[in-house]
Amino acid sequence: MAIQDKVDRRGALKCMAWAGAGLVWTMGGDGPAGTLLSAAQGARPAHGAAGLSFVQISDSHIGFDRAANLDPAATLRAAIAQIRAMPAPPAFVLHTGDITHLSRDAEFDAAQAILQELGVPVHFVPGEHDVQDEGTGAAYLRRFGAGTRGAGWYSFDAGGAHFVGLVNVVDLRAGGLGHLGDAQLAWLRADLAGRPASMPIVVFAHMPLWSLYPEWGWGTDDSAAALALLARFGSVTVLNGHIHQIMQKTEGHVAFHTARSTAFPQPAPGTAAGPGPLGVPAERLRSMLGLTSVRLEAHRAPLAITDTILA
Amino acid sequence: MTIKPVFLLLLSAALAGAAQPPAPAAAPVVHISNFRFGPQTLTVPAGTTITWINDDDEPHNVTASDRSYRSPIMDSGARFSRTYPAPGEYAYFCALHPHMTGRILVVRR
Repeated sequence: MAIQDKVDRRGALKCMAWAGAGLVWTMGGDGPAGTLLSAAQGARPAHGAAGLSFVQISDSHIGFDRAANLDPAATLRAAIAQIRAMPAPPAFVLHTGDITHLSRDAEFDAAQAILQELGVPVHFVPGEHDVQDEGTGAAYLRRFGAGTRGAGWYSFDAGGAHFVGLVNVVDLRAGGLGHLGDAQLAWLRADLAGRPASMPIVVFAHMPLWSLYPEWGWGTDDSAAALALLARFGSVTVLNGHIHQIMQKTEGHVAFHTARSTAFPQPAPGTAAGPGPLGVPAERLRSMLGLTSVRLEAHRAPLAITDTILA
Repeated sequence: MTIKPVFLLLLSAALAGAAQPPAPAAAPVVHISNFRFGPQTLTVPAGTTITWINDDDEPHNVTASDRSYRSPIMDSGARFSRTYPAPGEYAYFCALHPHMTGRILVVRR
């Protein structure tokens, strides 16, 4: 709805402009409401001890070594330290892709060694930077493919919610955007069949599953087919990466959210000649990197999404 | 006028080209910059070797739209070369950023 979209955008802009602040995103039957939190509040769960909390990190780009961030391993470690310092450890971490910069074995090895410091399970989906090896994704699947289908899609249940990891970075078509493909959509249909509409669904994938800025390739050309399969559910949360900045909107019962990178920021849509790494003064870098905490309350529909920066 | 000698040079090069391969100094280049292939359409005579150079801080690649070939991932500053022996239209794109497309038009020499 237009009014809700206006609120979303204003909330997101405030969040991006106010360094040190997080945005709690509450999603329920009456529509969304954004609330600004102080940095101290943003660092810990907004509610009591019950329920499930997890963290999303994205776009760690291990192997990148340009001016925009000469040491993305250090900023990934900073994100991990922030997660480890949380008063209650998250049940798990979702990494929404671009783990590596160039799909090289040494980059995957380094990323895995760093992520082991988390001490909680990590669920991955690949970004386009992770599937550029000779086998177009074989290196990723060797490491993270256990229990997945196709190019690495899968689902699991936690905290009363159903989590679906989708892959929209392989088999891309000339002139197109991100792509899910018929095989994955058929799997999704079967995976969702029989689940009650009251079950909260969390979908995570690298590229945005909404048409965010197609001029820069920020979208997925067959995402509408996936969203149609999700339409009957009362609470759907879609978590993406790829664009290295927070963008969010709601459509009906679906809340879309993109996470910051742990490596380098990218320009806001249309504000630069292209979507390449955005160079910022070194002292500002960590205020443009971050992670996303999500809290799911048992027997309550809304999911609270909190973004915090690494500074 | 300086135009005449240039034309004569080109003419002699074209005539020589009928019997010999073209001079390597003329090898055309496609620059990848700001998530664009430039020039987006490049017309070359059959047998030309084309080199792509990635000028971005972001990796790219060169993938045939019909998937008949694919360059390795090209980090910043990397190059990729391919020879087009037969006339035709060859569409390609970047498999990381598929909205980036380009075209090689190969004409009979």
